Amino acid sequence: MGQAMEHMPSLYTAALRMTRNPADAEDLVQETYLKAYRSFDSFQEGTNLKAWLYKILTNTFINSYRARRRRPEQTELDDVEDLYLYRRLGGLEAVAAGRSAEEEVMDLFTDAEVKDALESLPEQFRMAVLLADVEGFSYKEIADIMDVPIGTVMSRIHRGRRALQKALYEFGQARGLVAQGR
Amino acid sequence: MDTTGGDDCGDSITRLYYFLDGELTEERRAAISRHLDECGPCLSAFDFEAELRQMIAFRCRERVPDGLLDRIAAAIRQEKGGLDGLGGPFPV
Repeated sequence: MGQAMEHMPSLYTAALRMTRNPADAEDLVQETYLKAYRSFDSFQEGTNLKAWLYKILTNTFINSYRARRRRPEQTELDDVEDLYLYRRLGGLEAVAAGRSAEEEVMDLFTDAEVKDALESLPEQFRMAVLLADVEGFSYKEIADIMDVPIGTVMSRIHRGRRALQKALYEFGQARGLVAQGR
Repeated sequence: MDTTGGDDCGDSITRLYYFLDGELTEERRAAISRHLDECGPCLSAFDFEAELRQMIAFRCRERVPDGLLDRIAAAIRQEKGGLDGLGGPFPV
């Protein structure tokens, strides 16, 4: 049997991106584990323990944390084209200057910029992108975790990713990585 | 990117994320792989997107704060009412 505690770094990462607050994130993770412990009878042996924990975390977030918010969360996203960043940064001098593609892309943005860009996404898009790109869940697993149809998952992931690219680009512009208005 | 020429480029870019997400049928996967073998500009876009995703996952990883594991373990122990748990997935 897998060990529930091993998933704590992943769960804490997701909790912090969703609550945007370390104290709330710790509480959310603790609540998730307590609920998981109490309802472990309902876990089907042989199925994905990590996905099951994420489902509990997601539901707990929606029911406990979202309810406390004063302002309604933004739910719409501007349309952003495919390959938004690549079309703007892919041809940068630095990217083409002999270093490997991995090094270059890895160095384009700081931890803080990536975290802020992710946290700028509306909640449902943020969760979908986190589950897909940070945790590597399949569309079907994400549909189960978020309890929405698979088509909705695909749309949230794709639109969320493009909005994330735009947010990153704006951070890049702000610190002069690319010229303003390019 | 200047690869909007052929239908193959358009198809590949449309399916880029399904491809990277591993959510395509074998047949479609193979067709895109063949196209990438021949098309430098599309390959370059695919590489960028793949690297970008790794960068995002890497940059937003968090360390579990000191004490959280112990706090949760203690909370679960309390739920168990002091009985010695046998471990299972919650070995505390």
